Amino acid sequence: MRRRKLVLSLGTFSFLLLAAPAWACGGLVGANGTLSLGKTATLAAYHDGVEHYITGFSFAGSGGAFGSIVPLPGVPTKVEKAGDWTLQRLLQEVQPPVAESFALRALAADGSAQVILETKVDSLDITVLKGGGAAVGTWARENGFGLSPDAPEVLDFYAARSPVFMAVRFNAERAKTQGLELGQATPVQVEIPTDNPWVPLRILALGKKEIEPVQADVFLLTDRRPALLPEAKGLFLDRSAPASPLLLQDLRSDSRMDWLPTSGMWLSYLRLDTTAGALGYDLAVDASGNGNPSEVDAGLSSLELPAPLPSGRVAWMAVVTLAILAVTAVATERRVNAWR
Amino acid sequence: MALIGKITGGAVAAMLAAALLGGSSSSSDRTVEITIHHSRFLPASLEVAPGTTVRFVLRNTDPIDHEFIMGDEQVQARHEKGTEAHHGAKPGEVSVPAGGTASTTYTFSKPGTVLIGCHLPGHYAYGMRGSVLVG
Repeated sequence: MRRRKLVLSLGTFSFLLLAAPAWACGGLVGANGTLSLGKTATLAAYHDGVEHYITGFSFAGSGGAFGSIVPLPGVPTKVEKAGDWTLQRLLQEVQPPVAESFALRALAADGSAQVILETKVDSLDITVLKGGGAAVGTWARENGFGLSPDAPEVLDFYAARSPVFMAVRFNAERAKTQGLELGQATPVQVEIPTDNPWVPLRILALGKKEIEPVQADVFLLTDRRPALLPEAKGLFLDRSAPASPLLLQDLRSDSRMDWLPTSGMWLSYLRLDTTAGALGYDLAVDASGNGNPSEVDAGLSSLELPAPLPSGRVAWMAVVTLAILAVTAVATERRVNAWR
Repeated sequence: MALIGKITGGAVAAMLAAALLGGSSSSSDRTVEITIHHSRFLPASLEVAPGTTVRFVLRNTDPIDHEFIMGDEQVQARHEKGTEAHHGAKPGEVSVPAGGTASTTYTFSKPGTVLIGCHLPGHYAYGMRGSVLVG
């Protein structure tokens, strides 16, 4: 199968490290506090078989380490620091730049989880795992992540489609040592082979009560107009148009974004604005032009066969997962302001 | 011969009684196995006769810890606000580790409804609860 990479840049996530007990807010927590994400922004770029995820983390608070676990569609081939302002430039494309803080809840069978990749990006410790929902949840718990009561079901929900997860631990103490300030983001780019783009959305509801709001900005850059699934209440396609050469030129000039074409891409911007109880789906994308986004990818039907998934789909999921990690850098804001 | 017959018959009767009672221990009339999966008790409800002592065997298939607390609304409310990290000393209250098994025994002395709940943060509100109808 032709390996295709999807470039996915995820929006900015600010992790609020609270002084409350570890269980106070549910979701994935570190040893000393709670991680929460208010709103996320996601970019998925898919061109000529290449997929890239760009995400960033920012945090506010004090204490020790905290982190997040996100499902991946496949094993990434590269995890590295991304450019500083790609997501912010995209947000500016569709709306005026605003200072945003996000709370992330992300979210923790079948033996032990297998660690297949470990790396560090600034103050982030990133581990890519392979295993069933219970195995990954066990790894998360044993490595200091706190899991909310819905985590076992959510992890199984994703593991049924792909056994690959990415755990990101944010070390506030190391961030201080590196001179990172509160609210400053560390963007991460992940390359994952995949057949089609896919954005996990349900995980954004992890640890939230049913009536709690879930908001996210999802950007897609594909070679042609994509077909999307589902058409759900709370998921709004606010823009679907060719990406302007100026936008592509700006994005290409960011660090490690030179893989992006200078023209010929289609920009889709979706806005997620719903409640946790209503968010039981993911965003399936068919970028091939065939108009057949997968119901399985959308979480609307289950796979008959157990994982693993085809490498392409797995890759997409990995990219999507990384999206959760995006953070707005202070430096990014400065560059965005320079465009005004 | 008659004595042997009586002894044999008595042994058979005892074995039958033990089988009917589900192999219960000497301190319980009945053993009930409850599986914890995706933060739910399975089964979440059952019926017992007044005066029955039940040994509950909890099997936790989740990768997170849970607990099994039996009692009325007052008991449930107390545990919801409480901060005990571990249960096991009191009948009807036991912590069940991730992927593990635990057991507790409870005597249902009078008719009514006995509630079941897990009061780790967020679990009860999530729906991790059940009940036993005594009557």
